[in-house]
Amino acid sequence: MALPLAFNVELFIQLLVSGITLGSLYALIALGYTMVYGILKLLNFAHGDVYMIGAFAGYGVLTLLGGPLSPNIAIAPLIVLMFLVAMIASGLLGVAIERFAYRPLREAPRIAPLISALGVSFFLQNSALLLFGAQFRSYNSFVLGSKNPEFFEPGPLTDALFVVKNVNVQLIQVIVLSTTVGLMVALTVLVAKTQIGKAMRATSYDREAAAMMGIDTDRVIATTFFIGSLLAGAAGVMFGLLFSQVFHFMGFLAGLKGFTAAVVGGIGSIPGAMLGGLLVGLAESFAGGYLGGRWSDLTVFGILILVLLVRPSGLLGTRAIQKV
Amino acid sequence: MEAGGDKPRVGVDEWVANVEGRLERRTGFAGLARRIDEFVPPWTRLVLFAVIAASLPLWMGRGDLFAYGIFTLVYVLLGLGLNIVVGYAGLLDLGYVAFFGFGAYFYALLSSEHYGLHWPSAVSFPVVVVSTALLGLVLGIPSRRLLGDYLAIVTLFFGQAFVVFVNAANPTVRGKGLTGGPNGIADIDPNDLFGYELTTRRQQYWFILAVVLLVLIGLHFLSESRTGRAWRALREDPLAAEAMSIPVNRLKLMAFAFGAGIAGLTGCIFAAVLTAVTSGNFALPILITIYAIVILGGIGSLTGVVIGAIVINVSFQFLAPENPQNNARILFYAVIVLLLVLSLRPWWRLAAVLGGTIAFGLVAHTLAEAISPSWTAGPVVEGGRFAHVISDWVIIPAGHERFANVAYIALIVAVLAVTRIHGWWRTLLLIPTVYLAAVVWETSFVEQPAVARWILFGALLVTLMTVRPQGLLGTPRVEIV
Repeated sequence: MALPLAFNVELFIQLLVSGITLGSLYALIALGYTMVYGILKLLNFAHGDVYMIGAFAGYGVLTLLGGPLSPNIAIAPLIVLMFLVAMIASGLLGVAIERFAYRPLREAPRIAPLISALGVSFFLQNSALLLFGAQFRSYNSFVLGSKNPEFFEPGPLTDALFVVKNVNVQLIQVIVLSTTVGLMVALTVLVAKTQIGKAMRATSYDREAAAMMGIDTDRVIATTFFIGSLLAGAAGVMFGLLFSQVFHFMGFLAGLKGFTAAVVGGIGSIPGAMLGGLLVGLAESFAGGYLGGRWSDLTVFGILILVLLVRPSGLLGTRAIQKV
Repeated sequence: MEAGGDKPRVGVDEWVANVEGRLERRTGFAGLARRIDEFVPPWTRLVLFAVIAASLPLWMGRGDLFAYGIFTLVYVLLGLGLNIVVGYAGLLDLGYVAFFGFGAYFYALLSSEHYGLHWPSAVSFPVVVVSTALLGLVLGIPSRRLLGDYLAIVTLFFGQAFVVFVNAANPTVRGKGLTGGPNGIADIDPNDLFGYELTTRRQQYWFILAVVLLVLIGLHFLSESRTGRAWRALREDPLAAEAMSIPVNRLKLMAFAFGAGIAGLTGCIFAAVLTAVTSGNFALPILITIYAIVILGGIGSLTGVVIGAIVINVSFQFLAPENPQNNARILFYAVIVLLLVLSLRPWWRLAAVLGGTIAFGLVAHTLAEAISPSWTAGPVVEGGRFAHVISDWVIIPAGHERFANVAYIALIVAVLAVTRIHGWWRTLLLIPTVYLAAVVWETSFVEQPAVARWILFGALLVTLMTVRPQGLLGTPRVEIV
């Protein structure tokens, strides 16, 4: 682990770009954690597996439409379709999980929904193992839309879109970043301006009082799960497009990192999740680039422990006032 | 307020006074189990368990004794340790399995060929147990500052970090990898009783049984002691406990240390019995298994842990890939019928569902065969006459991978739907649901029993939490109005 003697601009930019892409992915996952925690004070361990199911839904669309090597339709609508199907499938899955595994436990001791969440996560992981098998499934995004896939000619997704200081920025990285930004803007507007957003804020502030004011809190919670899981589904497709490989266990590590991002930013805070995601992505990327690959995960977890010990409420979180 | 009661006495809250009555009113199987549990005094239970368990090696083969006897006892010990943390103190410790792993690896380092150390058990056991407990203490320190949920995640990360450390980091100490990487550590010494090595399965079994009995007796006294009661108070309401000047933080740390210590002890025994340790033995699935044991039996109940361990381990071994498929199959159908018997009453409703399912299967099978013979041409996985009957009843198409996946998803939807609707429609829907369960078993679970058992364990956790969070013998939480 030799430190670079001369500052290498190319490497730095390379790591910056991949860090930002990775960070936007984690931010999307973190948003789901943070929204659910904000409204229910529940750690949704199954969130990472919803993300995994989203990735498989995108893969399913890809396979149904002819597979990555010879898709039946043009690549732009194909990708849009993959995102849409994965997002809706994940969103519905999230609503179902909430309905069947968490809602009956609203009034139960705190530990019950956590164990239930653990069970759901395990159930989903192994169901995916049963349905899709243990092997890695590939999006083959490298040759997706390429004219000569058999000669491994890069497709439009991974071809250099523009070059910064000899570093190629790929189309897919731009797509990931812009989709993330778009989704976040939409989410922020939804929470800040619309009626359902207002209801969500009210419910997370005080569920009982919100219910007394005539807000259908069950519906609000279901909507929250739908939106959070939808974002996770989008992140799943992004992961598939960026790294090509999806597998049944991918949700576990991504879930842990998304959670780290949520905590670092301050759990319960939406801008915090975005900031945390970016920080975690950059930390992972730079640690991987400068210290070596096996340190990247440990760095992320180290940051989590540090933040928890020094500032448990996170960077943008507000200190929770425990009501007696 | 209960109707027909005496006049309310001053200073006694009627609601609180009636708690016992409400708890007693449980009917059905769980109520029966609970009444038996309360009727038989703890010492009788212990002696009964000891006698039955001790006689096990006299009629059981060596392989069976290993799989059913020794493993059950190991799970009992693990469950007892977790029961302290989760059951008594109410802390969600998701890194518990790492303490088990730490104990096993530490014992392996002290008593194996790896570093040429061959410490006798009388020395290595206390060293391992104390250091695992200390590790628990260190990990428990964050729980002083962190909210309950954060504790869960910190411990989950700890468990994950342990596996990564053992597997990948594997630092070099004295010229060789400390943990042996993915290969683990082999040739571990057996446990010994002051120089007498326990090499046969029978000796090992009786040794573990003795340890289990000692731990059970110790925990019984512990749970009845001041500390035990303080833990339960802490579990029910930390704030109220603190107001009663119970030292909340110290008790949390103690629970962590006790649980970790028992896990470390189990690790010593486990490593010695297996004679090798690898990181796969201490990963997430084992954690889920231990949780299933503690929750099934009833959080906070010692008898519950023992029963949970027996039930879970026996079904676990039945579903092991190397076991004859027919055992797992019989267990599966038996559990389904048992569940129906327990949940459906009056009896004619039960008869209607069972008869309806059989008829439904026969009709479906005949129809499928009439449409295309290949729909029922799939091979039924080994098994005697029973499998033959099954093959005339369950649709198993000739290359059935896609069919199996569709059936699996349909089963999930059907089960969820059954929980949502009531009355006659539910009874009616149960018929295709049960049949679908049989189809899923025969088409996909039977080929991957190892995956099937994790799926069933995951579903078990969720179901238990939603239906009966206190488990079979646990005390229902008293809601403070």
